[in-house]
Amino acid sequence: MRLSKILTGATLALGLATGAAAQDKTKVGFIYVGPIGDGGWTYEHDKGRLAVEEHFGDQVETVYQESVPEGADAERAITQMALQGADLIFTTSFGYMDPTINVAKKFPDVKFEHATGYKQAENVSTYSARFYEGRAVQGHIAGQMTDSNIVGYIGSYPIPEVIRGINSAFIHARKVNPDVEFKIVWAYTWFDPAKEADAASVLIEQGADVILQHTDSTAPLAAAENAGDVIGFGQASDMAEYKPSPRVSSIIDNWAPYYIDRVQAVIDGTWESQDIWHGIDEGMVGIGEITDAVPDDIKASALELKDSIASGDYHPFTGPINKQDGSAWLAEGEVADDGTLLGMDFYVEGIEGKIPE
Amino acid sequence: MIRLERRPQPSRLWSYLTPVIAVIVTMIAGGLLFAALGKNPVEAIRTIFWNPLFGEFAFYYRPQLLVKAAPLVLIAIGLSLGFRAGIWNIGAEGQYIVGALCGAGVGLAFHPTESVLIFPLMVIAGGLGGWAWAMIPGLLKVRFGTNEILVSLMLVYVAEQLLASMALGLMKNPEGHGFPGSRNLSDYASATSWIDQDIGLHWGMAAAFIAVILAYVLLNRHILGFNIRLSGEAPRAAKFSGVAPARLILFCLGTSGALAGLAGMFEVAGPSGQVSIDFNVGYGFTAIIVAFLGRLHPVGILLAGLLMALTYIGGEMAQSNLGLPAAAIQVFQGMLLFFLLALDVLTHFRIRLSARRTA
Repeated sequence: MRLSKILTGATLALGLATGAAAQDKTKVGFIYVGPIGDGGWTYEHDKGRLAVEEHFGDQVETVYQESVPEGADAERAITQMALQGADLIFTTSFGYMDPTINVAKKFPDVKFEHATGYKQAENVSTYSARFYEGRAVQGHIAGQMTDSNIVGYIGSYPIPEVIRGINSAFIHARKVNPDVEFKIVWAYTWFDPAKEADAASVLIEQGADVILQHTDSTAPLAAAENAGDVIGFGQASDMAEYKPSPRVSSIIDNWAPYYIDRVQAVIDGTWESQDIWHGIDEGMVGIGEITDAVPDDIKASALELKDSIASGDYHPFTGPINKQDGSAWLAEGEVADDGTLLGMDFYVEGIEGKIPE
Repeated sequence: MIRLERRPQPSRLWSYLTPVIAVIVTMIAGGLLFAALGKNPVEAIRTIFWNPLFGEFAFYYRPQLLVKAAPLVLIAIGLSLGFRAGIWNIGAEGQYIVGALCGAGVGLAFHPTESVLIFPLMVIAGGLGGWAWAMIPGLLKVRFGTNEILVSLMLVYVAEQLLASMALGLMKNPEGHGFPGSRNLSDYASATSWIDQDIGLHWGMAAAFIAVILAYVLLNRHILGFNIRLSGEAPRAAKFSGVAPARLILFCLGTSGALAGLAGMFEVAGPSGQVSIDFNVGYGFTAIIVAFLGRLHPVGILLAGLLMALTYIGGEMAQSNLGLPAAAIQVFQGMLLFFLLALDVLTHFRIRLSARRTA
């Protein structure tokens, strides 16, 4: 690998050339899929970055690049950060998986952290949050709040993470309301307010009075507000500006503790490659305030569900659960293993429609 | 009073000067924008235009410029032929996608066989795929007189759906843990378009240079090139001199489609590596800007493609090094086109200062 030699040579040279002032600063880079002002996914990652800055002060320097397309351009963006002397780079979207691995091969001394992927390497960790735990609470509320018994769901891409969320929400909505139906629309984007608003409007026209979203903007909540009598949930971020209704609760991704932890590990020289999947218990998944728009008894049982998930007493995927085609998946009392959950490519029984192919 | 007076003929001098002036004016206006955002304008402009070429890591960025410019130039060359003849293929993005799908399809079908024949077959499939996709608006126009602008544009969205379907279904990596996206072709020696991935060179760059040369020869030395120019500049004269419009339409759309298809194929087998849902990043549309920025001239397009690539790569550097927001870079790129179009007035009009007369 000629380039890798040149590149490591260059990073070395850079390290030497920039002198003592830069040497004690740890440089941390972030690659974002959306703009930092998306109010959702990227916004929360950037909050994590700012928390790192605040926690370490002069010890660290952070850099970021926003709205990086997933694919060929990502590899250049990541390479660029490594070239500029980053010691640790967080790549915060699934589509950065192969680019991250490729760049990591060329920069063995730089540490990489890829969110939501499944490929690790000596210097590449993966991390993700058990969002499905939050989805269970969401489904529990949604199933009881709907009058039309139609819950609309805006999917981004049909990847396991999103399918897992749909299944978890559906299972818990059905538990409290056997008549509830899910209508699912695929937006094929993580962040596109116009498309997301369209998707929400379509679902509302089809009778949905609860909108769940797995896309990152606040546009679906705005659409719900315009329609009136429709509720929704904050996604990835609290989206508190839509409180108390249409936003009745939210799933909050809290990356700050993890980011601080990992930066500390790099500073201490104890960083090792790992695969992290944290949930409500560890604080990576938070449930935003359940507003007064939700009746007290529903709120109380939702919080109870949240606590039992956090304590480990209850797993959102506990049998008996059948797959959509009626075949058995989990027997009575059986709990899903992480491997199946990570590669989930099927709906559970009761969900209408097909996963796009 | 300032008056605009139409020139009898577009000024050659100005048509060469305006792109240069547009770039300079963009630098000034962009500098003001960056200053308003609280950044050092000189540093920002230098980061965008100078650092990728002559900065510390130029050894990495120079080939990256070609990676970015190659698909733009390849597509823009094809588009320029039609644009010169007044045939408007707006759907290069769709032809780019279909070319990539056909090329990747051939490569994936042969996986994991290794043979020197696989890549040439993929090239042919990619070109044919783009050509066939462009033939739809072509044949509809020739046969039914439909508007090729609308049809080719609409087919972009059809192609995007096809791409999503392929990434999620037929071409999905069987070892991908259920995630969408095909196998990575850049890891498959017989199918990759990389000549040397470490340096950052792939066959699409060679194809772009060849396309520039062939287009130049075609337009200047070949009767077909003459007919293309004639149809655009003097449609009636073209008719009298026996140009068959239908054949010209099919030729122009077909060629631009094939070149866009090739660009997609080289991209999917190299820099991008896999068929994924958002494989296309707008090269087909940006190439329209490149074609006009390059004055529809093959050499001009080559330069314009490189300039466009420079603003992309320099823009990315400015983002991560200086903390400029992505939107500011997009505004900056938009300014370039805006000033070019605005200054185009000077090619077609003369500015006259005349004394106000009283009757």
